[in-house]
Amino acid sequence: MTAFIIRRLLQSILVMLTVALVAFALFRFVGDPIASMVGQETTLAEREELREMLGLNDPFVVQFFTFVSRALVGDFGISYRLQQPVMELILSRLPATLELALVSGFFAFVFGVGFGVYTALRRGGWLSSTIMTVSLIGVSLPTFLIGVLLIWVFAVELQWLPSFGRGEVVVLGGGWRTGLLTESGRASLILPAITLGLYQMTLIMRLVRAEMLEVLRTDYIKFARARGLTNRAVNFGHALKNTLVPVITITGLQLGSIIAFAIITETVFQWPGVGALFINSVRFVDVPVMAAYLMLIALVFVVINLIVDLLYYVVDPRLRMDRASTGH
Amino acid sequence: MNATPLLSVRDLVVEFPTRRGTLRAIDKVSFDIAEGEVLGMVGESGAGKSLIGAAIIGLLEPPGRIAGGEIRLRGERIDTLAAEPMRRIRGKRIGMVFQDPLTSLNPLYTVAEQLIETIRTHISCSEREARERAVALLDRVGIPAAARRINDYPHHFSGGMRQRVVIALALAAEPDLVIADEPTTALDVSVQAQIIDVLKEICAERGASVMLITHDMGVIAETADRVAVLYAGRLAEIGPVRDVIQNAEHPYTRGLMGSIPTLTQTETRLVQIPGSMPRLDAIPPGCAFNPRCPQVMDRCRSDRPGLVQRGGRREVSCWLYEAAEKEARHG
Amino acid sequence: MSQTDQSKAPGRLARAWDSDIAYSFRHSPVAIVAGAVSVLIILAAVFAPLIAPHDPFNPATLNLMDGFTPPMEPNAFTGNVYWLGTDNQGRDVFSTILYGARISLFVGFAAVLLAMVLGIAAGLVAGYRGGWVDGLLMRVADVQLTFPSILLALLIFGIARGFIPPAYREEMAIWVLIVAIGLSDWVQYARVVRGATMVEKNKEYVQAARVIGAHPAKIVLRHILPNVLGPVLVIATIGLALAIIAEATLSFLGVGVPPTQPSLGTLIRIGQGFLFSGEWWILLFPSITLLALALSVNLLGDWLRDALNPRLR
Repeated sequence: MTAFIIRRLLQSILVMLTVALVAFALFRFVGDPIASMVGQETTLAEREELREMLGLNDPFVVQFFTFVSRALVGDFGISYRLQQPVMELILSRLPATLELALVSGFFAFVFGVGFGVYTALRRGGWLSSTIMTVSLIGVSLPTFLIGVLLIWVFAVELQWLPSFGRGEVVVLGGGWRTGLLTESGRASLILPAITLGLYQMTLIMRLVRAEMLEVLRTDYIKFARARGLTNRAVNFGHALKNTLVPVITITGLQLGSIIAFAIITETVFQWPGVGALFINSVRFVDVPVMAAYLMLIALVFVVINLIVDLLYYVVDPRLRMDRASTGH
Repeated sequence: MNATPLLSVRDLVVEFPTRRGTLRAIDKVSFDIAEGEVLGMVGESGAGKSLIGAAIIGLLEPPGRIAGGEIRLRGERIDTLAAEPMRRIRGKRIGMVFQDPLTSLNPLYTVAEQLIETIRTHISCSEREARERAVALLDRVGIPAAARRINDYPHHFSGGMRQRVVIALALAAEPDLVIADEPTTALDVSVQAQIIDVLKEICAERGASVMLITHDMGVIAETADRVAVLYAGRLAEIGPVRDVIQNAEHPYTRGLMGSIPTLTQTETRLVQIPGSMPRLDAIPPGCAFNPRCPQVMDRCRSDRPGLVQRGGRREVSCWLYEAAEKEARHG
Repeated sequence: MSQTDQSKAPGRLARAWDSDIAYSFRHSPVAIVAGAVSVLIILAAVFAPLIAPHDPFNPATLNLMDGFTPPMEPNAFTGNVYWLGTDNQGRDVFSTILYGARISLFVGFAAVLLAMVLGIAAGLVAGYRGGWVDGLLMRVADVQLTFPSILLALLIFGIARGFIPPAYREEMAIWVLIVAIGLSDWVQYARVVRGATMVEKNKEYVQAARVIGAHPAKIVLRHILPNVLGPVLVIATIGLALAIIAEATLSFLGVGVPPTQPSLGTLIRIGQGFLFSGEWWILLFPSITLLALALSVNLLGDWLRDALNPRLR
């Protein structure tokens, strides 16, 4: 078990280093850092001086090393566009994205599992068919379109919900600004959370349904029925539990992509999160921000993958070969 | 034999509606199982043995369905029961053991959890009582150190041990009838005899009857009291094991017996029945066996024979004996 | 089907009509409708220059006074009538949808083609060569797969843009877009092809060919490729829908096609801006078109996958 953990940790570090390499390459080779930082009047001599000062003439390996060591303490330099330290920019906007991601992930999971189980148990019913058809449309609808249409219906026509922004936020300890404690904050969260979570919900629902149908066909379910166990025990005690094991792990992996998809949702709803920051950095080729965002996302994914692998281990007893007993 | 039989099946018909028409998988099969009796049900793959078991316990997979006949448990009809009453019969009055112990057990629950759940579904008792019963049960089926091993997961057991656990589970609620569908086919040969013994002993102890479904005639010879021979969804012959084996009457049964090699055999080739069992959608009219029968008569090709009583709880479905019986009665 | 017909071998078209796939298609109403819609939109897009009443990409023909005209109503200033109205710049929405769909489809097909070529090549090489080439390729694929493709496309787009001097960025935008979307999606093809290649590689006829000295490329192309076309086609169809959605998303975000050549995504973005002021048509019609296109291609892909799945036959 410890060997397993160590191996995964090493893998994760390797991935992070690779991503760091890409991010660093971005930094150094895309555009001219000096040109982006200084005005037109700076002389060549001054630029050369700056270049020397920033260590841009050092060998590649040295520069990479500096980059990584700086990254480890969270120093990603200054944004070309906003002239502020990148880390500060990211940290100030991270809570908004995280809140959105977690709420929509929760929504996607709860409804995804719910619908998935229902459509698996009640195959062929009209409600099941309707849900399946709607899910197909859900997969074909681009996220941004869902957001825009939701705004049209609920914010413009019905005027029930706000169409952009986070509403009022409350500052918690440590600088975390949350929208969950105010009514306008919660109202503002609804449409973006649905938009972000809808695609995930559809995926989870289809996964749960397929998995559950497979499980319901197994011998152990047949045997459970042959023992006279109640429908509830069979469907939820046995079938659901076996279904959820692979589903939970896959859903965990989805959490990472939710954070990435937040880019789109934040743009649609003008949500002041990390995704919107990234989009602007792509538009204006603000390399430090791009590089930092890349590293951040990679970290999130790597950590989530690690946790999910460990979770699998905990949940599925077959993977735990610690007991030496093997009778005959 | 005047007591009400434990299980009584009369003219059972099982059909499968398909796009190309309805297929009859079981065509008017009738038999009884007495209390405490072991009935072997023998036949080739595809003859329909498992289907009969599934039909009795009410677990036929749709679109298959019971299209005719009656199934009675201690005189009461069970084939027409609603879902909930049928569920209560499953496990409590009829138990079932499946073929593959590897896939019969839920890998995510310990043996204890699965046993206790089954026990408490049918018998109201406390968790502790249920656990005691479970341990005793495991011990009875021959799992060493039962009290400790009951907390293990299924994958910690070997194939033979797992099947013992399955037997324990099937008998946990003390059913009167146990249907065993190929219980040893997936096991090592060395272990098969043990499992059959365990099954037989524990059922005999509790006075439970057994319907032993298998294609292995050797197992039947060792274990069963009576044997029913199934062919293409119809009963060819049924009777006490010794009689049927030593003195098979239906030509198909004779062919079956002849094809089993024995130590004292001196022939160099095994007897083979030419041809093969017909598919469900290609069953010939009259007696299903007529294309392959060495003693076929004209009548066999047009009329299907009924079950002829042969005395001593023996029945054969063959025109050869109808004629003989008629003579005996009128001659 | 009389007796006399049997003497002539059925023509290729007749055989195709009778094949399993065509049968499945003819009997699936969903596939027929989806196919019809897709073809309709594709044709409309291809023939846009002939069908569209106006050219929305030529600034010279635009009249700002024509802007914000509702559908089928005469403009207050110019009196012009537009079927689906005009947007804020005076562009005819109908024409813009046609040209926009054209761009979307062009980018979509090109990106899928790129991904397919890359993926198939990578898969063939990895499967056939095995060894460290295979290991390396699969590592790269794994790392790439942990990230959602939209993110990758954005990243590639950003990097490419960094390399291109600002003056050329608009011209190159579409090509950059194609490369970005294509590069973010090759992995699926590679995996499928690699699997098939590894299976075929061990078969005897391949080994026999190698003994004779046949060139590996020839073996690969002639024997392995045909086996793989089915699944690749399914992936490609669904990939097309995804590529179209990806392009629309990127354009919506402002990092796709240049604003002077709006695609469906750009139109939707513009439309969102005018929701509150009531010009609903700028949003609605492009949305419907995009939805119809993506949905019908997706449905076709779904049907194709079921039709080619040997287990369901």
